[in-house]
Amino acid sequence: MNRFTDAAPLAVFRILFGVMMCFSIIRFWYNGWIEKLYLEPSFHFSYYGFEWVKPLGSWTYVLFAVCGLSAVGIALGYRYRISASVFFLSFTYIELMDKTTYLNHYYFISLVGFLMIFLPASAYYSLDTFRLKKSYRKVPCWTIDSIKLMLAIVYFYAGLAKLNSDWLLRAMPLKIWLPSKYDLPLVGGSFMQQEWFHFSMSWAGMLYDLAIPFLLLYRKTRLLAFGLVVFFHVFTRVLFPIGMFPFIMIVSTLIFFDAGFHHKILSFIDKLTDRFSGWIGRGASVTFYENLIPTGSKWIKVMLIGFFAFQLLIPFRYLFYPGELFWSEEGFRFSWRVMLMDKVGYTTYLIRNGETGKSFEVDNSDFLTPFQEKQMSFQPDFILEYAHYLGDHFSAQGHENVEVYARSYVALNGRLSQPFINDTVNLYREKESFKPKNWILPFNDEIKGL
Amino acid sequence: MWIRNISIAIIAVFFAACSGSDDSGMGPGGSADDFDRQAMLAHMADNIIIPVYADLDAKLDGLVAAKNAFVSQPDQTNLLALRTAWLEAYKTWQYAEMFNIGKAEEIDYNFQMNVYPTSVTDVENNIAAGSYDLSHVNNNDAVGFPALDYLLYGVGETDTDILAVYNGENGAAYLQYLSDVSDRMKALTSEVLTDWQSLYRDSFVKNTGTSATGSVSKITNDYIYYYEKGLRANKIGIPAGVFSAEPLPDRVEAYYNGEVSRELAMTALDAVKDFFNGVSYNSNPSTNGFADYLNYLNELNAGEDLNALINAQFNTAGDAISGLNPSFSQQIATDNTMMTQAYDELQKAVVLLKVDMVQAFNVSIDYVDADGD
Repeated sequence: MNRFTDAAPLAVFRILFGVMMCFSIIRFWYNGWIEKLYLEPSFHFSYYGFEWVKPLGSWTYVLFAVCGLSAVGIALGYRYRISASVFFLSFTYIELMDKTTYLNHYYFISLVGFLMIFLPASAYYSLDTFRLKKSYRKVPCWTIDSIKLMLAIVYFYAGLAKLNSDWLLRAMPLKIWLPSKYDLPLVGGSFMQQEWFHFSMSWAGMLYDLAIPFLLLYRKTRLLAFGLVVFFHVFTRVLFPIGMFPFIMIVSTLIFFDAGFHHKILSFIDKLTDRFSGWIGRGASVTFYENLIPTGSKWIKVMLIGFFAFQLLIPFRYLFYPGELFWSEEGFRFSWRVMLMDKVGYTTYLIRNGETGKSFEVDNSDFLTPFQEKQMSFQPDFILEYAHYLGDHFSAQGHENVEVYARSYVALNGRLSQPFINDTVNLYREKESFKPKNWILPFNDEIKGL
Repeated sequence: MWIRNISIAIIAVFFAACSGSDDSGMGPGGSADDFDRQAMLAHMADNIIIPVYADLDAKLDGLVAAKNAFVSQPDQTNLLALRTAWLEAYKTWQYAEMFNIGKAEEIDYNFQMNVYPTSVTDVENNIAAGSYDLSHVNNNDAVGFPALDYLLYGVGETDTDILAVYNGENGAAYLQYLSDVSDRMKALTSEVLTDWQSLYRDSFVKNTGTSATGSVSKITNDYIYYYEKGLRANKIGIPAGVFSAEPLPDRVEAYYNGEVSRELAMTALDAVKDFFNGVSYNSNPSTNGFADYLNYLNELNAGEDLNALINAQFNTAGDAISGLNPSFSQQIATDNTMMTQAYDELQKAVVLLKVDMVQAFNVSIDYVDADGD
């Protein structure tokens, strides 16, 4: 546990992570998504237990600015621990504001952001070394290994999640997704329309996810693995609208390379920033030391063990729920189930007066954006939360004895749509909890596997 | 040295990836087993959408001519002729309302043609004021077919009363408004038709991209939106009180006419069904509708026969509607459950279109091109 290794890979990871995050925030802002996703909706879907996290009106822009600036702070290694803490808190706050926008890769960034707080990533090649006039050439091995482990978990668990009959034996959902990419040059009209290609991609994706952590760990296969990483992520980027994620993953996997490689990157940055090279990084006034022992590293190690134990276990929490995971989605999120299924729903609500029996239907577009309505329509926790919102809304409007019923139909991976929610259950009386939701109707089929 | 190569390579793939995901609108697919979406779009444009608009434009020509005759001589004969022209155009309109795309979307065409119930207050205020901006959004419920419905059937109890209005003290103002509303409907329709014929047709057909702004995605969304809102909700659901505490019989289409709400709804359902099946509006053969696209995907996925299910559900809904009173407001007064039953049958097709067809087409049902994962 007390071996030391060159600090350069951690420094390079810090720089690239910070730059990527800053760029992501700018892109998000530039695309107008702050307004579209956080300011325009009148109602926001909250995570259980985080109902108090809401967009901040115009201050939401400030929040994004703070997040972007802290990412710059991380990249530069300026007051690093504060920058990393602010980044983690602001980014996580943004993600908690509305679960409509949940993406596994945002969750990944929150987790890495959390890890980064505790890693001595500014010990080398940072503004802090200049500010504090000392720099360390070596950091404990576990600091870099913890990032490698995080990446390995993401890939390996994404691979495990693909070990199911829909993915492997029906080539679903790729069989739905790939033919719709008919407009791609060369492959659109040919490969994308072929069944053998759908199966090949399903199996290749599964094998890739399961194998890539190991291929990256071994020196002999590392370059090949990195080539695969670049190819795989660029390919998925071309096929699907997955934003920055492929680039973040490509850049992150560089941490598996030797220190020599990272020193080359750093000297490349030196060349790029020639004018500032005395100012950034290795200024003459900085004293170099060998091994850095982070303060409180004992506690940090204990905390990391807890963190990774949690990471290894939490994706399996679905085993505590009855029924089909893809159908009920109880325990689906936060489990690296990335691009795993295609689900479309249609859910309408009936507001009923429990006394008189009179009822009327709700026009969802009065309350939700199209994006929210789409996400709400097939996810039970959204359906419940929105039902309560409607119940509260119409009660406040003076309606009496309000009961809320959902009529919901969902199609999963190309199966014909089926009724999804028991429409005789008054959802206004059901409470959100970690317990199984018994008002989800059973899935009339079986998906075998993990 | 190879650092630079790697970084150059990364930057290169970055740009390749970024541009690759854009709407490149590449040419036709290539191999023979690929469904030709471009041919589907061309069929929709050339054999359905443009002929529908051309027919509507011609019918509105007839409406304007009948209106001119009525304005020069507001008598019973000319009133009846004008009403006939109105109904003919209104029925053709049922084929056009689903295409809220291109120029129609740009100029809010649909909102100036068929927003009902019309606001009698707005119409009367406009007439009394004598000056008005019919294009203004506040006048959306004072123009189009519903405003004519009021002007031709609703300004008096009997035909004699109605003619008395046009021949009375304020007759000139009423005739002027009737004239302006009719002329505007014709002008807007010509604008939309001309745009389709000159520019938009090609950009519609060539825009085969898969993003939310590609034509396949847009026309699918428009179609489903119209079916759900324009047909299911507006024509049946809202008057039947599905969305309110009590039924709202005055919200039916052509309320003042009082006899044709079922005919208009049935025409609309026929239009929806024809478009789904790719039935040509002109004399050309019928191919390449959503139905054919579903058949192609169905074969690929060995899935359910969605085409058959959707057609069957359209027919069931049609049976339910044709069993209703020709006047929906009458039907609501006598037996509203038949209205809500018809609504339920229409609703079942929404599920098939909005869930199953959307999944098969893999089109996005929102216009936010946000990231997925």
